[in-house]
Amino acid sequence: MKTGWRLLRPGDWAVVLLSALLVAGSFPLLWTGGTAERAVVRLDGRVVAAFPLTAPRRYAVQGPLGETQIEIAPGRARVLADPGPRQYCVQQGWLTRPNAIAICAPNHVSLSLSGRDPSHDSLNY
Amino acid sequence: MTVSTTNSIIELPIRPEDRRIARYAAAAIALSVAEAALPSPLPGVKPGLANIVILLVLARHGWRDAAWVSLLRVLAGSLLVGQFLAPGFFLALVGALASLAVLAGTAKLPVRWFGPVSASVLAAFAHVGGQLLLARLWLVPHDGIIYLVPIFAASALLFGIVNGLIVAKLLKEFP
Repeated sequence: MKTGWRLLRPGDWAVVLLSALLVAGSFPLLWTGGTAERAVVRLDGRVVAAFPLTAPRRYAVQGPLGETQIEIAPGRARVLADPGPRQYCVQQGWLTRPNAIAICAPNHVSLSLSGRDPSHDSLNY
Repeated sequence: MTVSTTNSIIELPIRPEDRRIARYAAAAIALSVAEAALPSPLPGVKPGLANIVILLVLARHGWRDAAWVSLLRVLAGSLLVGQFLAPGFFLALVGALASLAVLAGTAKLPVRWFGPVSASVLAAFAHVGGQLLLARLWLVPHDGIIYLVPIFAASALLFGIVNGLIVAKLLKEFP
């Protein structure tokens, strides 16, 4: 392999190094997969509230079991508290990617993030 | 049986170039069929060994012959693995056409500065670029496919370099 690299001409080095830089640069750029822009809260499948993910705030929605608390922060959102027995949606923690969703099924509440254009959710993908 | 009154035999003279293209195409087909048997972490991430043959033909006999070998490889290779006219065939075809287009450009680069590795890397990028574009437009009409770009680009770079080095070595030893 030591002699192998000698087969590279100056322009080849330039092409290889430039490509390597572009490939390395593409990783963080594309893995983020766009940014989440809005948090949508649904009760029984109907949208009850939607917030831009710009300023921090809290929101409470009343479901059949009680109150589900939603926390919004810049670029992310989570279910802060839920009366459901298993707390799955709370333990999911912060949602950051577009189309991510936390479902508090016992209380009929869901919190989802949406990006610029609507598409498949995290369950479908 | 009646004797035909018109003498309508169509002769297709086989020129030495035809035999040469057929020989190279056979080698490329063998490599792509062998490669189809290799396990791959992700459909589409492959070494692209047949491109070694394409690049050799390009360097030795020019772009026209390389195009023949490349397209014959796509056609016969897809027939052999049972992919003819399946999505995989169109992906291979678009990849081959895109990389041939780029190779037409790299063939004009000054030889003193740019060797087979440049051609190989750039053609590999064109190959996956064309395939991703087709996949986005036709097979997976969703931007989620963009997540895969870094993986395909990285594998194109890696295998582009390796294949290019093999071509450079082969050209040095068997010009």
